[in-house]
Amino acid sequence: MISWRNVTKIYSDTSVALRDVSFDVAKGEFVSVVGKSGAGKTTLLKLLLAEERPTRGEVVFEELVVHTLRPSHLPQLRRSIGVIFQDYKLLNSKTAHENVAYVMEVMGFPEETIARDVAEVLGIVGLTERATHYPMQLSGGEQQRVAIARALIHRPSVIVADEPTGNLDPYHTRDIMRLLLRINELGTTVILATHNKEIVNRLGRRVITLSEGQLVRDEKEGKFIVL
Amino acid sequence: MTSFKRILKSGAEKFLRDRSSTGAALVVMTIALFVVSSLFILQGMSTFLVEELEEGVDVSAYFQDSATEEEIFQVREQLLGLGKVAEVEYVSKEEALRRFREAYEGNEAVLASLDAIGRNPLLAHLNLKARDPREYSSVVEFLGEEKFSSLIADVDFHDREPVIERLTLITKGIQTGVLAVIVALSVVAVLVAFNTIRLTIYGSKDEIEIMRLVGASSWFIRGPFLVQGVLVGMAASLLTLAFLFGLSFFIGDQLRSFTGFDVSSFLARHLFVLFLLQLACGIGLGILSSTIAIRKYLRT
Repeated sequence: MISWRNVTKIYSDTSVALRDVSFDVAKGEFVSVVGKSGAGKTTLLKLLLAEERPTRGEVVFEELVVHTLRPSHLPQLRRSIGVIFQDYKLLNSKTAHENVAYVMEVMGFPEETIARDVAEVLGIVGLTERATHYPMQLSGGEQQRVAIARALIHRPSVIVADEPTGNLDPYHTRDIMRLLLRINELGTTVILATHNKEIVNRLGRRVITLSEGQLVRDEKEGKFIVL
Repeated sequence: MTSFKRILKSGAEKFLRDRSSTGAALVVMTIALFVVSSLFILQGMSTFLVEELEEGVDVSAYFQDSATEEEIFQVREQLLGLGKVAEVEYVSKEEALRRFREAYEGNEAVLASLDAIGRNPLLAHLNLKARDPREYSSVVEFLGEEKFSSLIADVDFHDREPVIERLTLITKGIQTGVLAVIVALSVVAVLVAFNTIRLTIYGSKDEIEIMRLVGASSWFIRGPFLVQGVLVGMAASLLTLAFLFGLSFFIGDQLRSFTGFDVSSFLARHLFVLFLLQLACGIGLGILSSTIAIRKYLRT
């Protein structure tokens, strides 16, 4: 479903983010990408979203070579992938409900469908009561749940989460991980980039370990191993 | 159509909710439009003053006592035939006397000396107004021709000639100067407004990045900013008009007594043109600066 094929990304002579990385992610998998800060996890995800272009190699998403897509086709690609960020990236001038609805508006869904689905997804992430609050009025955990609701709302085939629990306490971290597992059980592929050892070890799913831009380990039921 | 409606709705929400950026853009845009509109009024005022000065200039040709009314009318016809004269007024000896008495009513000494003469010493004359102040000298030259020497006693113009020449120069100077100031100040005002809008969009660059990452098309991102720009332009136009009318209410009387220029009636007469000018400037500026500023963030 998604393949990184001999991907190298060089920002400058002194900054090589990825070196010849290759791996595939199958439909419905839950894959954790682990490594220290600067290991290349975020770059890997940015290449999938066509935010960056590989220096060498290619990233293929559902048979499309991502960096060859024309700019006008990028929105289509991004609508197929739900993204969750460490810093939530919510639109501050919109309420929780409007932030989630925005993705469906972008895709041209009718108002009734949007109203119904947003209410349902906010219910799934436990934010029905907070729907009319603006991001500034929500806690970190609540903001991240809005971001998850936004990533889920249009039923993308894959969800990419870049350090989604990085700014959260252990209680909210467990909450968010439970949500991601539930999403995966419903058939959505999940790619999680994290350096949180505890959550990776508890998951017992596939783990890809990066170190200084190189793929050093790829295990079916892996553990976070400090290198 | 749904997308268009959503863009409009989203732009209106931005305008109402994004108070800091809307406020900053509104203040600067209003100042810019106020400057442009004030200069429009200044241009109107200078044209009015120049016309007033030009109105005050005329040439009078005084006829000999021997000249008959018929001969005077013939001269008038010839003058009108030149195509340089806007109007010619005939003042008979009797009318001249009546006007003299009226002008010096109450001045016993002057009227007594007039009576002492025992006859009407005033001459019949033609008062002329040229179409253009530059035409006066050629009209005067025409009246000085040999064929009129037996009819015309005097042409009252030479004393005013330097005034007319200077006036012509001043008229040109004022109009060129005002135009230069209008252009210079408008450019400054427009640049300030343009940069403010660019800065407010720079403040929204995170928002634009988020929109891109969740798959919004360029138009879906750009649209609400353009709508916000248009609404700011419209609101700024209304605010500027309100300010101008407020100001004319407070200083209109003083301005009129000082220059004779009635700013309130000028505003009322040109309301439509002024509002259109403001709308065009405001909306144009809003759309142009938003488009240029946002382009940078929509590249990928």
